[in-house]
Formats: sequence, structure tokens, C-alpha cells
Amino acid sequence: MSDAVLARAAGAASRPPVPLFVRAAAAWVLAMLAVALLADVVAPYAYTTLDLRNRLAPPAGFGGVWAHPLGTDELGRDVASRLIMSIRMSLLIAFGATIIAASLGTALGFLAAHFRGWVEQIVLALVDFQASLPFLILALAVLAFFGNSLPLFIGLLGLHGWERYARIARGLAISAGAQGYAAAVRQLGASPWRVYGRHVLPNIASTLIVSMTLAFPEIILLESGLSFLGLGVQPPDTSLGNMVGYGREYLTRAPWILLAPAATIVLTTLSVSVLGDWLRDRLDPTLR
Amino acid sequence: MLRFLAIRAFRALLTIVLVVTFAFVVLRLSGDPALLIMSVDAPPEAVEAFRRAWGLDEPLWVQYAKYFNAILHGDLGRSMRDGRDAILLVAERIPATLALTLPALAIKLGIGIPAGIYAALHRNSLADRVVMLAAVAGFTVPSFVLGLVLVLVFAVQLGWLPSGGQESWRHAILPVVTLGLGGAAVLARFTRSAMLEVLGQPYIRTACAKGVPWAAVVRNHALPNAAIPTVTIVGFMVGSLIAGAVVVESVFSWPGVGRLLVVAVANRDLAVVQSILLLVAGTMVAANFCVDLLYGALDPRLRGARAS
Amino acid sequence: MTALPQSSSAHGAMPHPASAGGAAAPTLLVAHGLVRRYAMRRGMLGRAVALRAVDGVSLTVERGRTLGLVGESGCGKSTTGRLVLGLEPPDAGGVTFDGQPMPPLGSAAWRRLRARMQMVFQDPLGALDRRLPVGAQIAEPLAIHRIGAAAERGARVAELLRVVGLRPDHAARYPHELSGGQRQRAVLARALATEPALLVCDEPISALDVSIQAQVMNLLTELQDRFGMGMLFVSHDLRAVRQVSHRVAVMYLGRIVEEGEPDAVFREPAHPYAQALVSALPHPGALRQRIVLQGDPPNPAARPSGCAFRPRCPVAVALCAREAPALQRRPDNRMVACHLAHGEAALRKAA
Repeated sequence: MSDAVLARAAGAASRPPVPLFVRAAAAWVLAMLAVALLADVVAPYAYTTLDLRNRLAPPAGFGGVWAHPLGTDELGRDVASRLIMSIRMSLLIAFGATIIAASLGTALGFLAAHFRGWVEQIVLALVDFQASLPFLILALAVLAFFGNSLPLFIGLLGLHGWERYARIARGLAISAGAQGYAAAVRQLGASPWRVYGRHVLPNIASTLIVSMTLAFPEIILLESGLSFLGLGVQPPDTSLGNMVGYGREYLTRAPWILLAPAATIVLTTLSVSVLGDWLRDRLDPTLR
Repeated sequence: MLRFLAIRAFRALLTIVLVVTFAFVVLRLSGDPALLIMSVDAPPEAVEAFRRAWGLDEPLWVQYAKYFNAILHGDLGRSMRDGRDAILLVAERIPATLALTLPALAIKLGIGIPAGIYAALHRNSLADRVVMLAAVAGFTVPSFVLGLVLVLVFAVQLGWLPSGGQESWRHAILPVVTLGLGGAAVLARFTRSAMLEVLGQPYIRTACAKGVPWAAVVRNHALPNAAIPTVTIVGFMVGSLIAGAVVVESVFSWPGVGRLLVVAVANRDLAVVQSILLLVAGTMVAANFCVDLLYGALDPRLRGARAS
Repeated sequence: MTALPQSSSAHGAMPHPASAGGAAAPTLLVAHGLVRRYAMRRGMLGRAVALRAVDGVSLTVERGRTLGLVGESGCGKSTTGRLVLGLEPPDAGGVTFDGQPMPPLGSAAWRRLRARMQMVFQDPLGALDRRLPVGAQIAEPLAIHRIGAAAERGARVAELLRVVGLRPDHAARYPHELSGGQRQRAVLARALATEPALLVCDEPISALDVSIQAQVMNLLTELQDRFGMGMLFVSHDLRAVRQVSHRVAVMYLGRIVEEGEPDAVFREPAHPYAQALVSALPHPGALRQRIVLQGDPPNPAARPSGCAFRPRCPVAVALCAREAPALQRRPDNRMVACHLAHGEAALRKAA
């Protein structure tokens, strides 16, 4: 009888129940994902439909009509529908950027760990470079020079946070390679592809995923900030930050136009952060 | 120690060179720099002179050298909007930005760090939970939302404070508070976790077991060790003194460097964008270098022998 | 179920490079003059100081025989093991395996050679991927070197498990579900999968409970008898080395200071350092005079002049500070690197 069996029994007993607010966060995230996926079905109106008779209508319950539960904007467009489309756009961008950053960062981290020497120095210099400028400034500069199409925007946001994944991948790959299982497999005669693809990557996947969950809200905030400034998602596309930006002009007269997307941004960011923290505590407490 | 500093200084310089190179590459990739830097309706002779001055028909590395040289002399082109030197345009906005970011930094340090330390020392108490809640709010509520909500409450509903512009000192209150609170929350969270990590170390327990009074343990052991990672993040905040208010300045129509940047990006006024980029990078690198210096002073491990 | 061939010469199923005379030469591996340096920085304004982890080591491993390599921590024995396998490139000297020089690390030829030489590590848990069941990991060398069809590998894994004393149902277990001894057996099974001619064991039992150590030692000797592998057994545990080796070499500060038959070396060590090591072993019966070494433990970055052991040697003479002794053969077939061990003749010659 191995001590491992005893450990398993103990572990099952001591696993704490999932806290309430984590469950609430998970519920919100699932709701947002559902909205994003089913946007076309769920939205009561197309997001460009004008309803000029009901311009600047407040939300239902505050004096508005039930046809527009969250009110309308200055052109009579239904806030709820625009909100739904914005959620889809913002989530799409955030997912795309997170995956790009994670792939790029992990690949560079592996390259640095495998080749060491000058390759590693170059990667570290790039990490330094990334840390030497606030990302917002960098993003603004690139947007100024290259203009603003959606794929470029997603690619640009995908450069945010790659250095985190690179650091993780490099660190874990080096320690696996020096004394650990990666060294053992390489010593068996495995090619580097096999070592990294079949062994290192699955082992660090959970750490990477936690990192992605923690970075995801930052991308949402970045994207909404840039869109708020008018430099991100351009009309006719709409995103959460976009809506806040346009709603700002009607702050005094029709605050609901910007409060709905603003609240969505805050709640979504909060939920993903809470989930990420919980995941990290469960899976990998060594990650900060 | 000297060697450590020399390495750091070298890396700082290297980073600046990288940023300049980045600006050069991006500039060349995005189109004809002459037309981009000079305004569209500049006279052809001026464009030609510019081309010659920057050697745009010469090999790439010569262009790079001339570009570098120009930057060293402070010549970053002229703004498209009013034809003045870009760097002057940026420089005259710096005081306005500092008027926001410096008081905000004071708030961040003055509220954030003590709150974080207090929360760590009184873990799981009510105060700790409040601080953590505030920290999470500071992290998840973007600055523009916070700013707009503050405007909604204090300017629109209550009418106590003005909502935008730069006429009087009262106009600065809301932007400073917006900036300060957000940063204070981040700093509180960070300081708290740094303190908690230090407090969990065996040497703290040893000091208590030796009978050292708790206040002395905190003062002599916990705080100095927790200061080390905190210094990094404070350094980052200092480095963003110029760039950190981009969004807030836009929300409050405050005429600082951040607002200038946003407008320049929208108008693709590349000379201005370039100037701000280099200025910000320089500030950051300088701040990080000071952090490295402080590290060397604070952390004895870095002063001793290192195996390569 | 296909049985693993019992081979007295260590060829197994692998084709071997033709050697002169057709029959396999007894010498499997020759290492000569191996040097491995690391750069270290001394002090704050440090200049780089070269640390010689291995400083001119030559040894041979024969087919079917075990060479034990023993010494204290930091003497360079683990590094020697890695150099012998080609896991690190030597700064000087070379390694020849089965008549061929060692290919450069990481090259395709080097990778192919892994099928013929394997390493057993100190920490079996670290050497195994915690996410895969041990059966998959034992089969992995077969997949890497494309031995046998995929369908046959399961049977081969079961056979290997049996050989190392595990049950076939252990194949589905994860590394953390096995005990330390079982893990080390699994690592052995994996190492044996390609029927290597050479096995380098680096402290294979140090991480195991004492009661399990004996079992694993017996298993190693059994496997060697069965497969005829040459083995390099690296350890700081003198008794384990004595039990398993046909020849033993004692290392100090990166050099071999004594080499000979294990029983002879342990009964009558010739080198003063070996004498101190052996005297530290608890010996039932007659109380032996325990030799306690004076002076600081050796620092590879600050090598003494002449003989490296001189500062701690109880019988050092003036010659020892002037001239480093070379590893030479004595009439009784013992190799010793000590002026005094070679008797008055050496002293007079050098005076």
C-alpha cells in the first residue's frame, strides 16, 4: 500500500466547497459567453436599427418603454441590442488577443529555454523592451502609424502580456530540462519537438491557462479604453468601450447609454478575475 | 556592485536604443516618412529638403544613423497641425500632466501603501476585507468608468465640482482623485501580498520566537524585505508620470500630454506621437534604472558574489 | 508473449558496428583525459574563475562489468557520469563508445546512440513525467527509436515490468501512485527498453529507503547478469559500490585518486583519502582507528598546488606540495595517485 493512496483519500476529504461568489462569477461568465455566441438570436433588434420616435428613451421602469428594456441612444438604437453585439465583439477580441499572446509568449519562452545563449538574450531584451513602455503608449503609437483595422487591432492587443507566458514557459522548461522529466526524456533520445510538445507543454498547460485567465480582464480593459478614446473598434462595429465613448456626450441627459456597457465591463472583468484567482489558488499557488 | 550597475546601465541604454529602432522601423514600414512627418500640403521643396536631410534615398543603415543623430539633437519633426517643433509642443504640455500625476502619485503612495501594510498585518479582519474589496474594485473598474461615474455624481447630480477643462484648481480634483484611487487600489493589493509573503517566512517566526517585540519585527524585518518588490511597482508608477494619465485626461478634457497623444494618434500626427513615445520610454528607463540602483542598495544578495 | 533475449554479449536486438576481429571487444567505453570546467565569479568585482569539476579523468567500462565511481559530494563523479554519456561536452579529452567517438550533443547520431546507452537518475520521481502512466513512459523509448510495431509494444512493456519485479497492472499507474522503490524500478524498466549496452547509474538508491536499497541493488546485479550490460555506478555510498562493482575508482576534487578491485581497495586502501573514507565505515568486530580529516572541505575553485588532497592529508610531505601525483599502476595491480603509496622508490626518484 503506497502512501500515495492515503494522500488521495485525504485530498478528497479536504477539498473545500466552491465559494458563493466564485459560483456567481462563473455564472456571469457563462452568461456572457452565451450572449456572445447567441448574439444574433438573443438581440431583439439589429444593432443599427433606428427608432427615431423613441430617441433617448430611458430604461424600462425609469420612464421608458418595454420595447427597449435598457433604453435607446441618440439615434433611437436599442441599447440592449447594441450591448449584446458589443459583448460579442469585446469577448471575441479578448479571446483572440489572449490566445495570440499565449502562443507567442510560450513559443518564445521555449526557444529561450532550449537554445539558451544569444537567443535567450534576445528574448530577454524583448521582454525588457516590453516592460519599458506602458502598453497603452505602445499601442497608441502603433495605431498612429498603422491605422486601425480590426485584425491589426487584435494582433496589437495580442502583444500585451506575452512576456508573462514567456517567463513562465522559459522558467518551467529550464527546470524540467535541468533535473527533471524533460532531461530524462531528452536523454532517451527524443527530439526537441517531442520533448516540448508531448512533455513540457502538457505539464505547464495548467499554469499557462491560469495566467491566461488572469490576463484576460486586462485585455478587456485595454480594448475598452482604446475604444473609448475612439481609437479602437471603429463604427459601425460596436464594442463596450465604444459605447461608453459615444454615451459620454449624453452623460447629463441620458446616462444609461454609458452606464449599461460600463457596468458590463466592470462585472465581466470582476468575474473573470475572481475565477482566475480561484483557479490559481486551486491549481498552482506558486503563481503570483 | 559596480558590475551589477554597469550591466543595468547597459541594459537601460540598450532598451532606449531598441525603442528608437522600433520607432524607426515602424515609421518606415507605415509609408513614406517624409510625407508622413511633414504635413500633406507642405511645399515640394520642403519635402525634398526633408528627404535630403534625413537621407531617405540612401541605404537603410545610413538613414538609421541620421535618424538617431536627429533624435540626439532633439529634432523629431514638426507637428502637422501647427507646424511647430513636435518636441516643443510636447514639452509645454508636461506641466499640465504633472499637475495631475504628481498629486495622484502622492495619493497612491499615501493611501495605497499604508492600506496594504495594514491589511497584511490584520489579515482576515474587517479592514483587510475592505482593503481587498477596494483593491479589486480598483483593478476591475477602468479609469474612464470611474472618472465618468465621479463626474456623474459630483458634477452632474451634486454640482459640487466642475466636469472638465482646466480653469481652476477645483477642476483638478476629480481627475486627481480618479487617477489616485485606481493606483492606490493596485498598490494596496500589491503591498499586501508582498507583506504577506514576507510575514510567512521562517525568519519572521524566528524573530518572534527570540522575543523581539512585534512592532520591531515589522519595522526591522518585514518592511524592508517587503519594500524590495514594492519598489519595482512604485518605480513603474514614477516612470508613468508623464504617460499615466492618457485616458483620464481625455475624460476630463485636461490639456496635458495624454490628451495631446490621443489627438495626435487620431490625426496621425506622427512627429508628435514619435516624440511622446521617446519621452515616455526615456522616463520609464530612467525610473527603472533608479529602481535597480535602489535594489542594489536594499538587497544585499545582489551586492555579493554571483555565479554566472 | 515475446521473451527478451538472454544475451551474454550485450547486443540484444540492436545491430552493432563492426569491430576488428568480428567478436565484440571487451572494452565498451573508453574515456581519456576528460576535463570539464565551469565559470564562476568570485567576489563582487569578481574576475571569472574557472572551476574544474572534472580535471583529467580517464576510465574504461567493459561489457558485462561494473565500474564503481565513489567520492564525496562535489568531487565531480556525477559530472563524470554525464560526460561519459555525452550529456555534456568535455572541455578536453574524449569518450569512445564501442570504438566510435561520441557524437556531438543533440545531433541525430547522438540521439540514435541513446538506444545503446542509458542513465538512471537519483530522483525517480523527477525523472518521470507525472502526467503520464508509467506504462506509456516505459514504452516511450520504443516509440522514439521505432522499435517494434505499435501493437507489440504493450507486450514488451509487460515483459519489462516483469523483469524489474513489477506487475503488469502497474503500467496503468501514475508515478505518484507508486512507492519510491517501485518508481526506481519503473525508471529501470524504461532504461532497459532498448536493451542498452551501457547503463550509467547516478546515485540510483540514495533517494530510497534503506530496506528498498538492497532490493534495487540486487535487481541491478541480476539485470547485468542477464543482459550483459556494462555499468558505471556512481555513488557516495561505499557499501553499495562495493556490492555491485567489479572495479572501483575513488574520486577526489575532480580526479581519480585510486582504482582497483573493490574488496582489495576496501580492505587495504592505498591512497590516504581512500583510507579515511574506508575508516569512516562502521565495522563490526575489531575497532579500527578512525581517521578524521583535518582542514576545510575541498573547494574546487581554489585548488591547492601539487596534490589536491595535500592540505588535509595526514602523511603529506614536501614533495606533495610541489608535484601533483599521477595515477599510476602499482605492482599489485592497484592504480594510485599518491607519491607515498608508490613507496620509497617514487620519493627518491622525485627528490
